[in-house]
Amino acid sequence: MIDRVINSRGFDNFDFRFIGLIFVILGVGVLSIYSVTHDQGVAFPFYAKQIVWIVLGTVAFLVMWLSDYHRIARLAYPAYAIILVLLAVVLFEGKSSRGAQRWIPMGPFAFQPSEFAKLVLIVTLAHYYSKAPRVGWLQRVVLPGLLVLPGLLLILKQPDLGSGLSFLAVYAAMLLMVGMRSKALGVILLFSLMLFPFAWEMMWGSLHDYQRQRIMAFVDPAYDPGGKGYHALQSRIAIGAGELTGKGLYGGTQSQLKFLPEGHTDFVFSVFAEEWGFIGVLALLILFVTLIWLSLEIVARAKDQLGALLAVGIICMLCFCVVVNIGMTAGMFPIVGIPLPLMSYGGSATIMTMASLGLLLNVKRRRLSFF
Amino acid sequence: MATAGLHDSELGELQRRLIILRVGLLLVVALLALRLWHLQIREGPYYRDLSENNRTRSVIMEPARGLIYDRNGVLLANNVPSFTLYVSLEDVKNRELLIEQLTNLLGLDEALVRKKLTARGSKQLPRKVKDRLSLREATLIESHRLDLPGVMVQVESQRNYPGGVTASHLLGYVGEVSPEQLEKPEFADLHQGSIVGQYGVEKFFDRLVRGQAGQKSIEVDALGHEKRTVVVEQAHAGDNLYLTIDVRLQKVAESLLGEESGAIVALDPRTGDVLAMASRPGFDPNVLSRELTPKQWAEIVQNEGRPLNNRASQGQYPPGSVFKVMMAAAALESNTVTPSTTIHCNGGYQFGRRLYHDWKAGGHGSVDLRRALIQSCDVYFYTVGQRMGIETMASFAHMFGLGEETGIELPSERIGIVPSSAWKQKAKNEPWLPGETISASIGQGYVNVTPLQMASLIGTVANDGVTFRPRLVRAVMDRATGALEERPAVPKRTLKLRPEILPLIKEALAGVVTEGTATRAKSALVTIAGKTGTAQTTALGKDKKAEKDIPKKFRDHAWFVAFAPVDAPTIAVAVLGEHMGHGGSASAPLAKVLIETYVKLNLPAPAAVPDGAVAREADAGGQETR
Repeated sequence: MIDRVINSRGFDNFDFRFIGLIFVILGVGVLSIYSVTHDQGVAFPFYAKQIVWIVLGTVAFLVMWLSDYHRIARLAYPAYAIILVLLAVVLFEGKSSRGAQRWIPMGPFAFQPSEFAKLVLIVTLAHYYSKAPRVGWLQRVVLPGLLVLPGLLLILKQPDLGSGLSFLAVYAAMLLMVGMRSKALGVILLFSLMLFPFAWEMMWGSLHDYQRQRIMAFVDPAYDPGGKGYHALQSRIAIGAGELTGKGLYGGTQSQLKFLPEGHTDFVFSVFAEEWGFIGVLALLILFVTLIWLSLEIVARAKDQLGALLAVGIICMLCFCVVVNIGMTAGMFPIVGIPLPLMSYGGSATIMTMASLGLLLNVKRRRLSFF
Repeated sequence: MATAGLHDSELGELQRRLIILRVGLLLVVALLALRLWHLQIREGPYYRDLSENNRTRSVIMEPARGLIYDRNGVLLANNVPSFTLYVSLEDVKNRELLIEQLTNLLGLDEALVRKKLTARGSKQLPRKVKDRLSLREATLIESHRLDLPGVMVQVESQRNYPGGVTASHLLGYVGEVSPEQLEKPEFADLHQGSIVGQYGVEKFFDRLVRGQAGQKSIEVDALGHEKRTVVVEQAHAGDNLYLTIDVRLQKVAESLLGEESGAIVALDPRTGDVLAMASRPGFDPNVLSRELTPKQWAEIVQNEGRPLNNRASQGQYPPGSVFKVMMAAAALESNTVTPSTTIHCNGGYQFGRRLYHDWKAGGHGSVDLRRALIQSCDVYFYTVGQRMGIETMASFAHMFGLGEETGIELPSERIGIVPSSAWKQKAKNEPWLPGETISASIGQGYVNVTPLQMASLIGTVANDGVTFRPRLVRAVMDRATGALEERPAVPKRTLKLRPEILPLIKEALAGVVTEGTATRAKSALVTIAGKTGTAQTTALGKDKKAEKDIPKKFRDHAWFVAFAPVDAPTIAVAVLGEHMGHGGSASAPLAKVLIETYVKLNLPAPAAVPDGAVAREADAGGQETR
C-alpha cells in the first residue's frame, strides 16, 4: 500500500528535465554512431544495436528508479562478490579484443563486467560508509581501500586502465565527500605524494607495452604518428578540423574515412566534434554540465547519507568518465579506454550508465518520503 | 533506518562539501572548453589542412604519348602498358627501411632508389622509382603490400618501338625529364618522372607528342583504400605524327651500310621530304627509353662507334669531290670559266713550292667543265678555285646551303664549315693562306659538311635550283579532335644561277654514272646522275699504299651523291661511308641499290601528288589509332 503512495509520488517527482537531457545525449550519441558506421553494410549495424542497448538501458533505468535504494544497497556485498567472480572469469574465459580481455561472450553479444563493477563498487562503498562508525581512519580509509583493491587488481589485470582509474576516482570521491577531516586529508595527500614514485614505478612496470607507448605518445604525439600516437593525433585532427561550425553530419572525413579508429566507441566525441564544430561541442558540454548540476541538486537534497553517497559516487564516476574521455580525445590526457557516458557505443556501458542514472533519480524520488 | 539519524551531521557535512564538486566541475569543464577552443578555433585551420592531406592523394595521370607512323601508316612508335613503381613519400615512415626492402625485393640498385626517394621535389606527388616492372616484380610488390606502405604499382603506358633499331636516330628515344630540364621554362608543367623525348623526332616534336598530364585526387581511407576519385584534370594524349620516311626504304638504307659506320640520306627534291635517313651504327631506342644504370649509360656513350651520333645530320666530314658540283655552278655563274673553257691536267698543280696532286697520277689531259666533273679532275678545280678565290667560293657554298642548318626537324643539327678568310680569322685567329684555297676547291682542307647537307645540295641541283627544307613530319593528328594538320613543304631558297648552268651540270652528273667515276651506280632500271667523292681524313696522300694496307681508321671517307630519274628527279641521295675508301667503288653501288629499291617501291603505285598521299595515309592512320 505504501509502495503505491511512493510510486505515485515518484511520478509526481518525475524530472522531465533530467530524463530529457539523458535522452537528448543518447540521441546525439546514436546519431554520431550512425554517422560513422552507417555505410558498413551489415545486417545489424552498430547504431541499431545501440538503440537496443538504450531500450535495455531504459528498462534498467526504470528498475533502478522504482526500487528502494536501501533495498538495493543491502544487496551490495553479495553483488560485489559476484562481480569479483565475474571479473575473475573474464581473466580466464574472457574474450580478447585488441590485446585486452574484458568481455564474457553471451551469444552474439559480450558482457563487460568491469563496467558493472563500477556501479556495484559505488553501491558497496556507499553502503559501507552509511553504516560505518565515524571514528578512526582504519574504518574510513583502509577498510574500504581493502574493499576496492581486489576489484581494482582484477580490472587492471585485464587490462582495463580506464575502468581501473574510474575505480580509484570513485574511491577518492567517496573519501573526499564522506567527511574526512582536513588533517587526515592532508596526511593522505602527503603520504600519497611520498609513495607516488614507488607507485609510479610499480604501475609503469606492470603496464603493458602498448599502454606505456600510449603514455609516451601522449607526452610527444609526434613520437610515432603512425603507431601509438596515431589515435591521439587522428583524434586531435578530427576535433580541430571541425573548426567553429563543423563539417556537418556525415561530413567528417577523418571519421568517415576511418582515419579515426574507434569512432563509434571511445572516440565518438571526436566524430561529433568534427561534424558539429566548436558550437556543437559547447552545446554538448552544456548538456553534460546541466545533467551533472541537476544531479548535484539531488545530493544536496538527499534525505540520508546512503542516498547522498550513492548520488555522489554516481556523479563522480560520470564526471570522471566525461572529463577523461573528452580530455583524452582532445589530447589533454593519455589515451585510456574510457567510453563517453551515454554517447559511446557499447551495451554494458550504456546499460550501466542508465542504471546508475536510474539509481540517482531513485535518490531524488525518496527525498520527500519520510518513514 | 536506525543509522540514518546517527549520521545526520555527517550528511550535512557531505552536502556542504558539495561546493568542492561544483567548483571542481566548473573548473574542469572550463578547462575542457578552453582546450577545445584552442583546437577548433585557434588551430582549426591547421588541423583542417592536416585532415585534407590525410585523406587525399594526388596522382599524376601520365598522358599517352602520340603515335609515330611512317609515310604509309606503318607504326614506328607506340605505347604498351607496363607496370610502374611509385612511392608516396607521405606514407613512408622509414625511408631507409623502404630502400632496403625495395633493394632486396626487386634487386634494384640501392643508390638509384635512394636518389629517387631523396631527390628534391614535391612531397605530395608520388615518386616514380622504376618503370617497366616485370609481371613477377609487380606481383612481388603486391604480395608485400602490407609491409610496404606508400608503395604503389600503377599501370602506365611505356614507349615502344616495334622496329627496334630501325630509324633509331630519326625517331630518337624518350626518358625521364632530368633535373636540369625541369629548371627550364618549356618543361615547367612537368614533374619528376615525366617522360620526355630525349633525342630525334621524339625530342624535336616533344611538345606535340608529349601530351598533357592529368591529375586526379584520390580520396583514400586510413588503410589506403580508394574511396573516391576526383579527376582534377584529364590527361590529354599527345598528337600522332606521320613521318615522311618510308620504313621499307629506311630498312634497305640501313642494311646497305651493314656493319660499316656511315650515313645515307634520301630526300624527295620536289618537297624536301626525307624518304630515308640512316646512320650506322645504331641503337635500340627500346633500351634507351628504359632507365639505365650509370654503367649501362657509360657503355653506350663511350662506345667507339658512337652509336648515339646521328651521322646524317650531326656527322661532319670533308665533302671531297662532291664539292665540285657546287664549284662547277660557282665557276660558271661567276664567269670564272665558260662551259668550253679547257684546262690542261697533267696530274698535278704547282702552287709556289708545293705540287698539288690530282687523284689520277697521269692526269686527265685537257678537260672542260663537263669532263672535269665526269672524271672528277682535281687540277681543273684547283685552277678554277684559285681563279675565283676563297671569298667567291665561300659565298657560293653558302648559297648551296653549306655552313648553315638545313632546318631539318631534328635536335642538334651540325652546320659544318665553309672556310673563308673571315672564318679563319675568327676560328683560328690566323690569316687565310692562298694554298688553302686550292685544298678547299676540291672539298678538302677546312671544308666540312654533313651528309644531310650533301643530300640537300644534290636535291637542289636535281630540282632545278629550288631548295626545300628537309621535312620529316608530313602531318600531325590532334588526338582529341582527330583533326589532321598537314605540314606544308617549305621552299627554302632558289639558286640565282643563269638558266643554262644547272642543266649543264645535271647532264655532266649523268655522265659521271654512264662513263665517269661512278659507273658502278649505273642501273638498268632508272637513269641516275651523281657525283663521287673520296674525302681524305689524313695527309697520307703522297706515299700511296694499296687501300687494304692502310689501317681502317686512316682510310678515306667514301661519298656518293645522286639523283634519279635524270630527266625528272624524284629522289636525291647522299651516301657517306666512313673510312670505306673510294666513293665510286664503295658508295655508288649502295646509292644504286637504294634508288632501285625506291623505284620498285613506287612502281606499282606511282608516287601520288603529296596532298593525295597525305590524305590517304591519314585514313589508314586514323583506323589504326581507333
